[in-house]
Amino acid sequence: MSKTAHKIHLNVDLEIAFTHVLAKKKQTIIVAFAVAIGIAAFIFLNSLVVGFNRDSDAALFKSTPHIRIYVDDKISQSLLQDPSSKTTSVIVNPKIINENKKLLNPAQIIEQIKSIESVTTATTWLNVNVFYNNGSSQLNGSSSGVDITEANAMFDIQSTIVEGNIQNLVSTPNGIILGVGIAENLNIKTDDNISVVSPLGIVKIMKVVGLFKTSNSVVDKTKSYMNLSIAQQLMAQGPDYITDIYVNTKDSDKAVQYVSTIKSITGYNAEDWKEANKSAEANKKTRGVMMGSISIIILIVAAFTIYNIVNMTVKQKMQDIAILKAQGFAGKSVVKIFITEAMIIGSLGTFMGMVLGAILIKALSKVYIGGDKGYFPIHFEPQIMLMGLMVGLFVTLIAGYIPARGAAKVDPVSIFRNL
Amino acid sequence: MNSILKAENITKFFYTPVEFKALNDVAFEVQQGEFVSIIGKSGSGKSTLLYILSTMDTEYGGKIYIDGNLITGLNQDKLARLRNSSIGFVFQFHYLLPEFSCLKNIMIPALKLGKYSREEIEYQAYEKLKLLELEEQALKPASKLSGGQQQRIAIARALINDPKIIMCDEPTGNLDSKNTEIVFNIFKRISAELNQTIITVTHDNDFAIASDRVIEMQDGKIINHGH
Repeated sequence: MSKTAHKIHLNVDLEIAFTHVLAKKKQTIIVAFAVAIGIAAFIFLNSLVVGFNRDSDAALFKSTPHIRIYVDDKISQSLLQDPSSKTTSVIVNPKIINENKKLLNPAQIIEQIKSIESVTTATTWLNVNVFYNNGSSQLNGSSSGVDITEANAMFDIQSTIVEGNIQNLVSTPNGIILGVGIAENLNIKTDDNISVVSPLGIVKIMKVVGLFKTSNSVVDKTKSYMNLSIAQQLMAQGPDYITDIYVNTKDSDKAVQYVSTIKSITGYNAEDWKEANKSAEANKKTRGVMMGSISIIILIVAAFTIYNIVNMTVKQKMQDIAILKAQGFAGKSVVKIFITEAMIIGSLGTFMGMVLGAILIKALSKVYIGGDKGYFPIHFEPQIMLMGLMVGLFVTLIAGYIPARGAAKVDPVSIFRNL
Repeated sequence: MNSILKAENITKFFYTPVEFKALNDVAFEVQQGEFVSIIGKSGSGKSTLLYILSTMDTEYGGKIYIDGNLITGLNQDKLARLRNSSIGFVFQFHYLLPEFSCLKNIMIPALKLGKYSREEIEYQAYEKLKLLELEEQALKPASKLSGGQQQRIAIARALINDPKIIMCDEPTGNLDSKNTEIVFNIFKRISAELNQTIITVTHDNDFAIASDRVIEMQDGKIINHGH
């Protein structure tokens, strides 16, 4: 011990701190390990929360765009204005006007929307109600006429594909991608042909180019994707017939900010996902509160554990504090010595905790859950690692400072008397 | 003769378990180079007085002057500096830092003072060890020595900064007669040769009588100034 101390000519305060820490290696390691467990729990559980949250958001946005542009229904107006005379009663019966839902000049709208900063994708969308027929069996469902490349950019359809490939739809104009439930019920495989009938009675023979499987079996039993032009033909409309434009932004939580801009640019109605999907938002809020509470409790428990053990370690050294003070060490020196000791143990423990947390995250991310989740949704979250680091260092600093500060202020004799 | 320490109207109360006046209007003066023993029965207030004089207890009434300067009311940091440079203290128990070698224990107050280089301090620490006939133990951990040796290391530590005053609370209380003799001779020598002042609280009457002056206390008062 004294050999190393001779070589490293530290300031005497630091020398005392290092000697204390090194002389009791076993205790140092045990305390550091207690800190490490607190930090590892903090990092691991928070990563779990963030991963789960992100996964839940991703699941929602697999079928819902951040913003949807469409023609709103109009209610018929009374022809007669409100009569000022009180003698005349007017009976009105407002109804939805049976108007075309077509968006005019969709290509230009998309171009305008894409020029808005923070819009990542914007794509045309046409939903058609259809019947899927194979021989005498028939299923009804809904098909989306899409530009499959854009739609994939938005909803990551490729990740749900279990047979075939979405690119087949590009090369096959009359291709269709079916939910696995439809394929099963109609006994169809990829490369088979089925007939698709629209409510207008238009029949198309289409080739199955892929099958997808989502987490929702109802969707798998009804939903399909086809090229936009086929959907337009099924609606007996021309190639500029579009009813919806789907828009994604960089941050789903800020999508609502662009709604009014989009409304004024396009003149059509726009609705963000929160508006369209109140229950999803409520779910998200509930989850946020739940996960937030868990996160705060983990923080408190971890911080308290670390504080206690470091605090106890410093308090064991009270006699040394009194001895040093008796020999003329000022309060500042005493604080410096014990903060240094706490920080050495704290940094060691925090570092060990980060490694331990990373190992736990890695291990859990290898656990296969199945369904559309696949592997457990947990990832390395740099900001949580950083938070863990800050929590570890800050708490040990405070845990070292408070008892040392208390001891630094009082007469050495009162420490001896209280031992 | 030069007054090194002067106490005026020192009063001290303890409040737990019950209010108790430990020191009642104590006043006395010590000259530089004096070897003073304070004796008295248990509870006479002699140790309490010593801790107040050493600046380690600041809750008292009255005034203390060290080397002509009023030290009553100075803040903790100033008192710490004063203790470091001018007062050496030896407790009844050695109070060495167990993680450090004997040599390092002795060096620590000097390293804190920062007046000399580390090499010079080490040399001085060896000199103090020689004085106390302990140079062979220099590099052993403090916890590995016998009680008498540890107490002598603690004395060496109190001497390292050549303080003007050395205060001891029962320095020989746990020592055998051989160690007591060594300690006494050192005190005698440094007060006579180096003009350092020794104030020691003791139960040992032989030790006290052999010193320059004996102050006797009873019930928180000085009953004999030894002049």
